[in-house]
Amino acid sequence: MSPAPATSTTMAKAINSALADAMSEDDKVVVFGEDVGALGGVFRVTDGLTQKFGEERCFDTPLAEASIMGTAIGMAVYGFKPVVEMQFDAFAYPALEQVLSHLAKMRNRTRGAVPMQVVVRIPYGGGIGGVEHHSDSSESYFAHTPGLHVVTPATVGDAYSLMREAIESPDPVVFFEPKRLYWSKADVALPTRTGAIGTAAVRREGTDATLVCYGQTVPVCLAAAEQAKREGRDLEVLDLRSLVPLDEEAIVASVAKTGRAVVVHESVGFGGFGAELAAKIAERCFYQLEAPVARVAGLDIPFPPPKYEHWYLPDADRVLDAVDRALAAG
Amino acid sequence: MTLLDLSAHPEGAAHHPASEPSAWDSQPLRYLDEHGAPVEGGLRPDARILAPDALLRGYRALRFARAFDTEATNLVMQGRLAVYPSCRGQEACEVAAVHALAEQDWMLPTYRDSAALVLRGIPAVEALTLLRGSWHCGYDPKQWRTMPQCTPLATQGPHAVGLGLAAKLAGDPSVALCFFGDGATSEGDFHEACNSAAVYQAPVVFLVQNNQYAISVPLHKQTHATQLSDKAIGYGLPGVRVDGNDLVALNAVLAQAFDKARNGGGPTLIEAVTYRMQAHTNADDAARYRQSSEVEYWKQRDPIDRLAKYLTAIGALDASIEAEIDEECAAYCEQMRAQFAEEPEYHPDEMFEHVYAQMTPQLERQRAMVRAEQGGAGGNGSAHGTGNEGEAGR
Repeated sequence: MSPAPATSTTMAKAINSALADAMSEDDKVVVFGEDVGALGGVFRVTDGLTQKFGEERCFDTPLAEASIMGTAIGMAVYGFKPVVEMQFDAFAYPALEQVLSHLAKMRNRTRGAVPMQVVVRIPYGGGIGGVEHHSDSSESYFAHTPGLHVVTPATVGDAYSLMREAIESPDPVVFFEPKRLYWSKADVALPTRTGAIGTAAVRREGTDATLVCYGQTVPVCLAAAEQAKREGRDLEVLDLRSLVPLDEEAIVASVAKTGRAVVVHESVGFGGFGAELAAKIAERCFYQLEAPVARVAGLDIPFPPPKYEHWYLPDADRVLDAVDRALAAG
Repeated sequence: MTLLDLSAHPEGAAHHPASEPSAWDSQPLRYLDEHGAPVEGGLRPDARILAPDALLRGYRALRFARAFDTEATNLVMQGRLAVYPSCRGQEACEVAAVHALAEQDWMLPTYRDSAALVLRGIPAVEALTLLRGSWHCGYDPKQWRTMPQCTPLATQGPHAVGLGLAAKLAGDPSVALCFFGDGATSEGDFHEACNSAAVYQAPVVFLVQNNQYAISVPLHKQTHATQLSDKAIGYGLPGVRVDGNDLVALNAVLAQAFDKARNGGGPTLIEAVTYRMQAHTNADDAARYRQSSEVEYWKQRDPIDRLAKYLTAIGALDASIEAEIDEECAAYCEQMRAQFAEEPEYHPDEMFEHVYAQMTPQLERQRAMVRAEQGGAGGNGSAHGTGNEGEAGR
C-alpha cells in the first residue's frame, strides 16, 4: 500500500486506520469489546469497522471484561488475532486476572506452542474531565508482569505504526491510548511505520538534561523544553513509546550525554514505572550523573475528579521545577 | 448467634452431610441406581444408551483412570510429584467427557482432570509435568486439542467461549468442552463464560463436576441454589443435572449436549453430581471437615462398582475380563513408575526461553547472571553463596 499524501489526522483516526488496514490485510484480525460495533466505540476509535468488515470481524460483547479478555485468549489459541477494547483504564481491572495469569503466561507455560497474538487496547489517563474511574494510568500493573509488551504512542504517526506493530507482534501487547491526545492532530501520510516496539524516540535533542516520558507527558515535556529554551536551557525529550521491552540503550545514551535525568509520567509515583526508570538510570549511568534522578509523577492519591485534576496532572511548570532541582545540583 | 449467621450449620458437615444434601431431593438424571440396576424412566426418552460392548470399553477406561489416579497418588507420596489433586470417585465424569470428544474438539481441563488428559492419549509423563514441579504443561496443547490444566478457578471458561466462537466463525464443527468444579461456579468468570457463550451461541459444553467440596468448603456454603444446573436458566442455557457416578447416564447427557453444540444449537451447562473421595490434594487433611461416614456413604455409590454390577448382570463382564483389565492396569502403572523413577534434567536457561518470542536484552542479562551463578565450584558461583543477589534487572 503506497502512502497517501500527508493530511491532517487525529490520533483516534490514525488508530482507526491502523485497525482497518490490518483487518483488510489479514482476515484473522478481529476487533471486539463494549460498544465497538454500531457506536464505533465511546471514543469512535472503531468507527465504521463493523460496517466495513461485518459483525463477524468487529462486534459488540456483553459488558464483561474478563470474558472479553478470556474470549480473546481462546480465539488466539485457535489462530485468530483479536484486538480487544477495554473501554476505560479502570474498567480493565476485571480483566486483570485473565491478562496476568493467562495472556502473559500462555506462551511460556506451553513452551512457545501457544503464542498469544492479542492486542489489548486501553484508553488511559486524565485531563479530559472524566468522572471517577475514568482517568487512571494503569501501565505499571501491566509492565510489572513478564510476558506482556506494553506500549503507548504520543504522536499520531506512532499511534498508527505502533498499532500495526502490535497486531503483528507474536507477543501479547497492552496498547495504552492516551485519551487526552485522541484529538491531537498532525499531518501524516498513512500508512506509515515509525519504529519497532522496544525502541524509544528522541523528540527533541538537547544537552542540559534528559526528560524521559511517554504518552500524555510527551507533549507536556516538549512544552517544558520550549519554555526552558527561552530561559537558555537545552533539554532533550526522550519518548519511550514502549515500556516493555524498554529501550535502555536509548535512555543510557541520552543521560550519559546530558548528565541529568527527569522522569515524567502521569500515573501515581509510588511504586510507579518512573521508579523503575530512576533505578535503571542510577544503575547504569551513576558515574555520568551530575545530579540525582528527579521524578515528576501523579500524586499518590486516587485520581481526582474534574474540578481537581489540574492540581494532579504534571504540567510544564512542575517539570521545570524538577529540571531546576536537577540543574542546581552537582 | 448473630442476626446474620453465616455459619448456618455450626456442627459442620455432620449436621448437614453431603450424603443427604438438599441437592439430592430432586433426582439427577440416571440410568443405573447405586446398586447398578437400571432405573425406569431415569433418563429422557430420547437418550441414547451405549451398547454393551461400548460400555465395556467405558468400564475399562474407568478402571484405567482409577489405576492412573492411584499410581499418581503413590508417586506423590514417593516424592516423584510435587502435588496431585486426585479424581478418585469422579472417574465416570472424566471418562464420559473424553468419550464425548471428537478428535478436533477442544478440552479445557482443571488441575483435577489429569485422568482426562491421559484418557485423551497424552502420555502420563507429559501430562503430569506441571504437577511434577516444572514450569510448563508438558504437552503441545494444539496437537492434543487440550489446553494446559487450569489452576486459577473458572478462568478457563472464557477461553472455552473463545475457542468455541473461533470455531463457529471459521465454520468448523469443533466443540469446546470446559471442566469446572462446584467451587468454580461461585467465581465471576463462570458467570461471564456462561453468559457470553449463550449470547454468542458458541459451541461449548460446560461440565460442572459437583464433587461436594471446594477444598474444605461444602456445597451448602458455596451456593444457596438448590442445584447448580439451575444457574443455567438465568443465562438462557439448557441446564442438565446428571448422576456423575453413572457412566451410562453421563454418556447419554454429554452426547446430546455435543450434538446440540455441533449443530449450531449453542452451549449446555451440565451438573454432574459426584464426590471427591480423597482430600483436595495430598497436602490437605479431609478429616478436619468431613465425617468418614459420609465418605462411606459415597463409597457405596462408586462409579466403577456400579457399572461392574450392571455389566456383570447383563453378561458383558466376568472374572476373566476383570483379570485381563487388572493385568493391563498393572502394566501401565509399572511403566508409569519406571518413567517417573528418573528425574529429568532441569536447567535454569529454560525459564527464560519462552517468556517472549524474542528474548529481551534484560532477560539475556538475567540468564547470564544465573548461568554465572551455576558456574562456580561452590554451587551457585556467587562470591557470597547466599543465592540470588546480583545486578539483575528487567
